[in-house]
Amino acid sequence: MILRELRPAISLVVLFTLLIGLILPGIFTGAMQAVLPWQANGSLIRQNGQVVGSALIGQNFSGPRYFVPRPSALSPSPYTQDTSGASNLGPTSKALLASVKQRVAAYLQAFGPGPVPADAVTASGSGLDPDISLENALRQAPAVAKARHLPTATVIALVENMAHHPFLGIIGTDHVNVLKLNLALEHLPAS
Amino acid sequence: MTIYGLFYIALVFALVLGAAFPLGRYIAAIFEGRVTWLRPLETGIYRLAGVDATRQMGWQSYAIALLLLSVIHFALLYAILRLQYYLPFNPLHIAGMSPRLAFNTAASFTTNTNWQAYTPEQQISNGAQMLGLCVHMFLSAAAGIAAAAAVMRAFTGRGLKTLGNFYADLTRITLYLLIPIALIAATLLVLAGSPQTFVQAVPLHTLQSGTQPLAIGPVALQEAIKELGTNGGGFFNANSAHPFENPNAWTNLLETWLILVIGFSMPIAFGHMVKDKAQGRTLMAAMAIILALGCVGAYAAEAAGNPQQIAAGVQASGNWEGKEVRFGIPASTTFNVSATGTSTGAVDSFTDSYTPLGGAIPMFLMQLGEVTPGGVGSGFYTIIVFALLSVFIAGLMVGRTPEYLGKKVQAKEIKLAMLAVLVLTALILCGASLSLMTKSGLGSLENAGPHGLSEMLYGWTSATENNGSAFAGLSANTPLLDYGLGTAMLFGRFAFMIPILAIAGSLASKPKLNEISGTFPTSGPLFTFLLIGVIIILGGLQFMPADTLGPIAEHFLLYAGKSF
Repeated sequence: MILRELRPAISLVVLFTLLIGLILPGIFTGAMQAVLPWQANGSLIRQNGQVVGSALIGQNFSGPRYFVPRPSALSPSPYTQDTSGASNLGPTSKALLASVKQRVAAYLQAFGPGPVPADAVTASGSGLDPDISLENALRQAPAVAKARHLPTATVIALVENMAHHPFLGIIGTDHVNVLKLNLALEHLPAS
Repeated sequence: MTIYGLFYIALVFALVLGAAFPLGRYIAAIFEGRVTWLRPLETGIYRLAGVDATRQMGWQSYAIALLLLSVIHFALLYAILRLQYYLPFNPLHIAGMSPRLAFNTAASFTTNTNWQAYTPEQQISNGAQMLGLCVHMFLSAAAGIAAAAAVMRAFTGRGLKTLGNFYADLTRITLYLLIPIALIAATLLVLAGSPQTFVQAVPLHTLQSGTQPLAIGPVALQEAIKELGTNGGGFFNANSAHPFENPNAWTNLLETWLILVIGFSMPIAFGHMVKDKAQGRTLMAAMAIILALGCVGAYAAEAAGNPQQIAAGVQASGNWEGKEVRFGIPASTTFNVSATGTSTGAVDSFTDSYTPLGGAIPMFLMQLGEVTPGGVGSGFYTIIVFALLSVFIAGLMVGRTPEYLGKKVQAKEIKLAMLAVLVLTALILCGASLSLMTKSGLGSLENAGPHGLSEMLYGWTSATENNGSAFAGLSANTPLLDYGLGTAMLFGRFAFMIPILAIAGSLASKPKLNEISGTFPTSGPLFTFLLIGVIIILGGLQFMPADTLGPIAEHFLLYAGKSF
């Protein structure tokens, strides 16, 4: 009984491995490379002939001349581009609470007294979160403007101009892409 | 919690349930061999493989064919993972996996679990993802759906000796259902920014962090089937939280829909197969009600945030540790609850960092036995087990021989059903507690206190129920957990599926009795609520002591200001 099933079982595994593992991705990849090459190759942003990053993947920035992204739990350093992952620290973790307290203090020191947006002091799921909340970006804007000798209103206008908003209030969030925002900063005329 | 968040959950349900009715009808047509638009390809595959698609199989032959194909496919994946260094599409020259990691991974993908003890970016090549993992994502999903088709056929007539042809079911489901939907979804994902290339690393000149390679690959196609087939094995370590797997809130909604849609279509397909659509709607309602409660509950828990962080000066806008800004709280929790209510196990946010109750809900949905709506196929045949137990319990109460769809449910079926349910419970509870008694098991924990217990309990629950999600702080690539969880996955899949095929074989051969005034109705709200009660009492109650020591204890400690 088992012997009789051997040929169809083996053949189907081999045939589907060729069909789904080779032919299908081959055709699909070819089609996507032809029709949507920018997206299919990682939404890469070029500047002066060099690939500086992907529009979808966050990278690390330190202030005060740049907007800073969310904390990232990746090792060896935050936002390492060929890794991904979260802190996986639980809600009652001492280590998590200690880092949050430290980040709150650093945030208040860098951007002055005021509310501390939750996304600014918690690590993201991917460790590569490209975005910060709009609120977080607006809190950072005056410090960035000061470091760049720009009018605060100019930087705030840039943030608001680049912000994404939820569709019908339901799908998505109010947020800004940090890499794109920082690249746009470089192109602002100095005052 | 805001009204917009609840609207989001309502939107997901509307989109999924709205699509499940036409898709369920289409799936029934596939099962009945009435879908033929790829006939030349289908018959070509039969000819090359030596399959006689008209040959009808009894339950034993059907089970043997399914098992044999799984064993062969397991062996092929094991070989691919061990030998990936020598195989094509490995531009980074990634070495072969160790024997125990390869065993764990092969068990994981053969059983539709997609538990990932490996780190994709470092430990697997594009070639092994495509030729190994991605093929398994299609075929293990198709095998589960095929088993469900066999179970459905048992109720379609009287004195049936056979349950269909496994090879024909597998081929038709793959060609007519999984490949077309996956291709459309993958195209939409690429449009939103998911990569699809054979390159594995792009050199970047970052603005402030020097030159770094960016991990990339044929992501979109694998992502589509990962959700559609309730697989869950991420192309990247961060799974659907990674922006390349899930670029924005729209793809997040699409992926949530893909996760749920086949699971909810199965009872509808069943209604068409047995020519009594109300039966299908009744099962679907039970699945949907439990899942909806889970979605709202997890959203409420995460939106409430972490009281200790709020006391430390963080704005009270929900628990953001492990979540991505672009999705927001309600879309993150709905994704994770959907992926644990099905056996997908994909995550767009990290459950280990959820609040205690927010993390307890995904775990509890798995412990219920993966029926809300469960894995593609497996969710259906599991809820049938609960439906049989429900008519049995109702029969005990009113003192009549229980029947389901005109088939008498007798001692043999109930014994097999209880065997299937109890095997899994024993595996989860014994596995988790024995692991926690070893040095190696304790060394795998990332978190201390009750959260550590939750990590291990979640791991064994996820593996046994073939879910594949994790409290991901658990270091799972150890000899104990590689072999232990790998074995749990194999038992969870096959020691459950085979008794159910046996039940189907036994019921198929029985006469189909006519409904009379004394027959307990198995459609309508009364049966839906009875079924929900049985699922929660039989599936869930046995885990209450363990869950109380883990997440529930942690909840009270969190609000008492304790940390570990």
